[in-house]
Amino acid sequence: MQIYLPIAEMPVNVFLLLGMGGVIGFLSGLFGVGGGFLMTPLLIFIGIPPAVAVGTEANQIVASSVSGVLAHWRRGNVDFKMGLVLLLGGFAGSTLGVMVFSFLRGLGQIDLVISLSYVIFLGTIGALMLYESARTMRRRKTAPGQRRKLHQHNWVHGLPLKMRFRRSKLYISALLPFTVGFLVGVLAAIMGVGGGFVMVPAMIYLLGMPTNVVIGTSLFQIIFVTANVTFLQSYANQTVDVVLALLLLTGAVIGAQFGARAGAKLQGEELRGLLALMVLAVCGKLFFDLLVTPADVYSIGVVR
Amino acid sequence: MRPAAAFLGVVAACLLAPAGAPKANTLVADLSRHLVAISTGFAGTDVLLFGATEGEGDVVVIVRGPDRPVAVHRKSRVLGVWVNTAQMTFDRAPSFYSIASSRPLAEIAPATVLARHQMGLDNLRLELPRAKASANVAQEWRAGLIRNHEARGLYRAEVGRVTFLGNRLFRTRIDLPANLPTGTYQVEVFHLQEGRVVSAQTTPLQVSKVGAEAAIYDFAYQNSALYGLIAILVALMAGWAAHLVFRKA
Repeated sequence: MQIYLPIAEMPVNVFLLLGMGGVIGFLSGLFGVGGGFLMTPLLIFIGIPPAVAVGTEANQIVASSVSGVLAHWRRGNVDFKMGLVLLLGGFAGSTLGVMVFSFLRGLGQIDLVISLSYVIFLGTIGALMLYESARTMRRRKTAPGQRRKLHQHNWVHGLPLKMRFRRSKLYISALLPFTVGFLVGVLAAIMGVGGGFVMVPAMIYLLGMPTNVVIGTSLFQIIFVTANVTFLQSYANQTVDVVLALLLLTGAVIGAQFGARAGAKLQGEELRGLLALMVLAVCGKLFFDLLVTPADVYSIGVVR
Repeated sequence: MRPAAAFLGVVAACLLAPAGAPKANTLVADLSRHLVAISTGFAGTDVLLFGATEGEGDVVVIVRGPDRPVAVHRKSRVLGVWVNTAQMTFDRAPSFYSIASSRPLAEIAPATVLARHQMGLDNLRLELPRAKASANVAQEWRAGLIRNHEARGLYRAEVGRVTFLGNRLFRTRIDLPANLPTGTYQVEVFHLQEGRVVSAQTTPLQVSKVGAEAAIYDFAYQNSALYGLIAILVALMAGWAAHLVFRKA
């Protein structure tokens, strides 16, 4: 059954979209990630214009983050104060990101920047995760390691504007989470992702937040950042397709439920290793596409 | 189907016929419909063109989508990665082009006539500002533009068939793809005898979105801010609904 997408201006099979939503939803439920970093390249791959894919995916992530954050909120796993500082940075960052997006689109470089951002960030994070999970799996087999310190003190703790974040058990400069939020906001706007896959490691390793509040807090701020991106992309570029977003969402919601159940049966390190492999596969595909000689060196762009 | 309307159309078309075409009215043609509505289930369609000529000869039918400026990028390799490194903007290029004829074009008319009436993709007039590109460079960009439109099914290189039923009545089917740009199309019908255009007629064909598609599209472009807010609201409610379903399960 074909449906004509009003903003993407093309017909797409309804079941293909529901299926894509379902598969990505399953993976996001399984690994506890947003799935934007898989969905946006996939949308581009089936022929949705990159600009529309990015704008629409932001809209879909709003919905999936809301359902996620409500579950974490009930368990008290959201640090609202930290979330607020992150999202202030995120607002500023994503606003700048949308402006950069519009500018690059006019230059005809947006596709390249989207691909390059994916290759760089997915490559780095995938490699780190793979290394990390391989190390834990090996260590578990040999000998129990020493207990890590809660967090280490370094130059970062000398920054001004210190704030106390009770739920995260942290007393750090507000500039730190603001900067993290800002940078992830820029990425979210340009790449059409929630940014969880950058935000979560940054929260754990840079801010030193305890793992149990990380997911809930990152989801909390992702809602606002992606809502901001949705608004700005609609306003500045008219690239949000609500019909497409709703179809993807429906599949994703159902898929995520099965994914979460399947995830409960697998071990943490194995999951992380699998996720790392998947992230690296997406990265590899995008990188390959950048290197391989295109079918036609000429392409149609947007008239400024 | 509607001969009276068709006849009026022909009279109007003859008054507007391009200069140089003889005034003799030897052609009548009309479309099976003048509106292509893009609605939820739209997956491409076809429109029938039928008509009659006075006397023997050939018929050529050209369908052109509304002219638009088109930006073309060219990639080249930078540090191993393919990057758009050059851009040219064509001030006007038809958003859709297809052609049909009763015999192969080369047999119908000499190259000069084909070129004058832009018959065939090779004769499509796509010009770059002369200051920006020399003739052979412009030719490459033009070919790039045409290839890209062909790949999307918006330009057709192959010439469709105009079939004659007897000596005078003719018909052809105009295939329109699913990714059809909207706007007012021009369907040009030419009657040729001995390599000369003896009569020509232009009929408009309207392509527009209708129903929910049109409403959403117009809303997104006319009330962009409100559209953005509604998109967020819809997502928030969908997420909340999903949470309720999850909790029960």
